[in-house]
Amino acid sequence: MRSSDALEPTKSERRRAEREAANETGVWYPKGYWKRFATPGTLWMVLFFVVPFYVIVSVAFGTVDPVFRSPLPVYQPWWWSFDAAAEAVGKIFGPFRQSYIRTFVFVVLASSMCLVLGYAVAYYVSRFGGRRRTLFLVLLISPFWISYLMRMLAWRSLLTNDGYVNDFLSFMHLPAVGWLEGEPVTVVLGLVYGYIPYMILPLYGFLDRIDSALLEAGRDLGASPSQTFWKVTLPLSKPAIAAALVIVSLPMFGDYYTNNMLSNSPRTVMIGNILDDAVNTSGQGPEAAVFTLVLMTMLLIPMLYYLRSTARELARR
Amino acid sequence: MSAPTTTRTPGRAPTRPGTPPERARQSWFRDPWRKPRVLETITWAYLAWSLLPVMLAIFMSFSSGRSNSTFQSPLTLQYWVGTGFEGDDQSLFRDPDLRSAIRQTFTLSFATMALAVPLGVAFAIGLDRWRGRPAKGANFLMLMSFVVPEIILGVTALYVVLYLFKFIPLGTPAQIMALVTFQMSYPVIIVRARLLSIGKEYEEAAMDLGAPPKQSITRVLLPLLMPAILASFAIVFADTIDDFVTVAYLSGAAESQTLSMKIYTQTRGAPTPAVNAAATFMLISTTFVIALGYLAYRRLSRGQSDAGVGGLASQV
Repeated sequence: MRSSDALEPTKSERRRAEREAANETGVWYPKGYWKRFATPGTLWMVLFFVVPFYVIVSVAFGTVDPVFRSPLPVYQPWWWSFDAAAEAVGKIFGPFRQSYIRTFVFVVLASSMCLVLGYAVAYYVSRFGGRRRTLFLVLLISPFWISYLMRMLAWRSLLTNDGYVNDFLSFMHLPAVGWLEGEPVTVVLGLVYGYIPYMILPLYGFLDRIDSALLEAGRDLGASPSQTFWKVTLPLSKPAIAAALVIVSLPMFGDYYTNNMLSNSPRTVMIGNILDDAVNTSGQGPEAAVFTLVLMTMLLIPMLYYLRSTARELARR
Repeated sequence: MSAPTTTRTPGRAPTRPGTPPERARQSWFRDPWRKPRVLETITWAYLAWSLLPVMLAIFMSFSSGRSNSTFQSPLTLQYWVGTGFEGDDQSLFRDPDLRSAIRQTFTLSFATMALAVPLGVAFAIGLDRWRGRPAKGANFLMLMSFVVPEIILGVTALYVVLYLFKFIPLGTPAQIMALVTFQMSYPVIIVRARLLSIGKEYEEAAMDLGAPPKQSITRVLLPLLMPAILASFAIVFADTIDDFVTVAYLSGAAESQTLSMKIYTQTRGAPTPAVNAAATFMLISTTFVIALGYLAYRRLSRGQSDAGVGGLASQV
């Protein structure tokens, strides 16, 4: 390739550049110029994101060292054995079935609570924030830079047996509650508390962009404020709601630390806990790999949906 | 994580065009101009619920008792800097374990920033203009790494280090490798949003005036991208300081334990206010960096429509 620093492009370069310009690049850069910018990042992603997935598959369908019980990954697909994987999947439908079902119930409950509360807050701030909008935004963003573990730690101190919540209950002459002893309520509310900021901000971003002319038109045509909300605002925000639901529920499916910090009881075990336990138990390497693959497969459709909807949103703008 | 848009001018909410005379006779509920009291209450209640526990946890780090759930006066700094009190209790800045955790936390954050942001910025510029099938694949990979739950990323990274890339030892190198993979998508998304909003005109002008490609990037494009690059640094820093899952899976010996791991293990045992001090210390560091990033962002994007918190928020 010619030196790209030459001030005067030659005729052929100029022509090629013009062809590219017509091809919507707009600016005259040598061919293959931008590929070089993306190469290091692409290589990194292939090495440390794609290859690890292949290793996981190879461990899942590989064998185990007969003495040390450590996984021996098999990288050649034609030597893969599916017995161990079938056994692990069997466990999902056997002893672990209840935990998988529980995870779905918890995630559905927690993300719908996130939606109802988060939509109300996002709607209020975007429509009636007024002069205090900046203050509201700072307060809404702040959970993002408070460590997740600190937020759980805070609730743990509040909810312990001699914590302030139980103090308050006894002050009101109500019986104390063992909040941290495997209460599903604590775990679900903990998930809501942990992930609702991820719901509010995208919803706010969307509601803020709604053209107010549409709402005014609704009002002009005789709809009451609540009718305008139900017939204009809410239908318009359907895609944003779906995307926000996906973005809060994906990490909930893989969450194990909220559960471990707020309950740590077999009564609230979720998918993340099963996976985490398998990783930390020696001799269960292949099983952990299978659980990872199962989780990935379960979440693939929502993930792809989210990617498609954000791409569409970008293209629309 | 969306492109910056023009910020709304405050007060576009429905204004009162003269109070209608029959207003007094309407019931409160039917009044279209009534203030949204219910929504307002919900919003403030949510903010209190969201932030008060954290404030209490901060406050608890100044307690003088062993417990981190009941405050004991007087206010002290003994769990921050104290030595040799109440048996073997240790304070944040004296306990050798916690000190090593602080060091490890910052080492990882700075190393991740130094690698992930330059890689991500170049990746974003490349993806924005590189056409063709491979570019689409690279873009897909980047977005996938953004949405995949962290536990999946942590386990895959752990297994690749254990069984294939055995030359990367568990501990700091493996932690940095996984953190960079997980964090790279932030600069990419933020910078791409900025690229979309600045358009190609400035570069075209530079090239029309005779700037070679390299110069039009270093002297036109990069300065224009500076606010986005700074925002990326701040976000990657804040997110790495707080990271727990990835760091925990790839930790090796005791020296590779971070503050977040200490908080996690000690909270599940018998936490002292030193844990609260550690968490508060993390919060102070991230707040400081975010504030710094925000001030620089505002200075650099002065006079542009998307300056201010709204602009920054729309980039997150």
